[in-house]
Amino acid sequence: MNAPQTPAPQTLAPQPGPPLWLLAELTYRCPLHCVFCYNPVDFAHTPDELSTDDWLRVLREARAAGSVQCGFSGGEPLLRDDLEVLVAEAHRLGFYSNLLTSGVGLTEARARALKDAGLAHIQLSFQDSTKELNDFLSHTRTFELKQKVAATIKDNGWPMVMNCVIHRLNIDYIDRIIDMAVELGAEYLELANSQYYSWAMLNRDQLLPSREQIERAERITNERRARYGDRIRIFFVVPDYHETRPKKCMNGWGNVFLTVTPDGTALPCHTARMLPGLAFPNVRDMDVRSIWYDSEGFNRYRGDGWMKEPCRTCPEKEKDLGGCRCQAFMLTGDAAAADPVCDKSPSHHKVVEAVERAERGEVAVVERPLVFRGPEESRRRKAGLLQPGN
Amino acid sequence: MSDAATIIDTATTPHVSKRFRLQWEEAQQSWVLLYPEGMVKLNQSAGEILRRCDGARSVIEVVADLEQAFATTGLEADVIAFLELARKQQWVDV
Repeated sequence: MNAPQTPAPQTLAPQPGPPLWLLAELTYRCPLHCVFCYNPVDFAHTPDELSTDDWLRVLREARAAGSVQCGFSGGEPLLRDDLEVLVAEAHRLGFYSNLLTSGVGLTEARARALKDAGLAHIQLSFQDSTKELNDFLSHTRTFELKQKVAATIKDNGWPMVMNCVIHRLNIDYIDRIIDMAVELGAEYLELANSQYYSWAMLNRDQLLPSREQIERAERITNERRARYGDRIRIFFVVPDYHETRPKKCMNGWGNVFLTVTPDGTALPCHTARMLPGLAFPNVRDMDVRSIWYDSEGFNRYRGDGWMKEPCRTCPEKEKDLGGCRCQAFMLTGDAAAADPVCDKSPSHHKVVEAVERAERGEVAVVERPLVFRGPEESRRRKAGLLQPGN
Repeated sequence: MSDAATIIDTATTPHVSKRFRLQWEEAQQSWVLLYPEGMVKLNQSAGEILRRCDGARSVIEVVADLEQAFATTGLEADVIAFLELARKQQWVDV
């Protein structure tokens, strides 16, 4: 799955506001094998998934702590047969609920049951568009599946929100991706450039587009916006590797966003578990309010007291809060370092070198094939192993 | 306001758009508008106006109700100005 967008940003206060956005990652199981998946590379080692009762309790505790947006994600959340039960409880509690799905398994009967349970909207992602690139672009099997699911979504009166992860191998077909979304009746389309964590990090050199590709894609996106007007709202999320200032990751660590992983680990973002020396709490042991306000894991990178130079005295530190802790760790080995996307970072050259390799078109497909996400591949790899940049 | 044509008058019966859900959030002590992957936190007057926009009451009735609830007068121009803004944001349909 691709990372959802967080709600309107808030300024970081010493006492954080409520965890407005709850992301419930119900399972890491998934029928797809996306090369850009942000699920951990060692997901197959995940112990038991939370039970239905555990999730019901998490929903109640999070709502009581002020959560209002609830995303049901994965993996493929439709693989949980208690999804309807969880959606119904989320609705009863007053959540605005969202299902993030590939659409695989969304039968008409299940869609109706989810509608009856009060699901507010569905974000439909394009399937793994690398393994099935030809199929995807030739509008055959994938298109037929999406068409069927899109019709089901519309029949149930949900807004049609589509998401497509963009990378080097599909970015040149962005015109056809947009046209396809319009043809399917999407009201919102997120063209989210791949971010380089987990499986995408393993495949970074194959997935990172060149600057020219990005500029062309943005130009085409703007042309399509002008052509289609109000019919569709298109969001183009630029990749941070080509920038000189980092993103304000998750709108601030422990600021609005709370992820609960399939085994109950609570995280300030989808990938924070990779950070060393941080014990993240589990919802089996601690209630959501204590997790959010009192746990070491959530307080560690709040505010700016943890910052080192060049962030500590940087006049822009409030703007981006030093960028992404996971990216800093992956590229420098130090989670408290400046995000190397920033050109003030002493490790900025690592990002520049990756982009330069992309500019030269050195896609080492032969020497190093794309790694498809899957349980067997996952078992062969342990956390942190084989990640470039370490 | 912008110079776009004003279409809200005292007889209009606005309602919150189907694209949004209006609800009271205890934790934030405010009315919010929820939509796919986002939230608008409303200030008190915006919340009090929108919660009265049920598609049945006209603007003049909404104004009368607000003036009674808050023991004041002369709210009509402010309410219409806000509803014009809300319509442009697609929060309300008329």
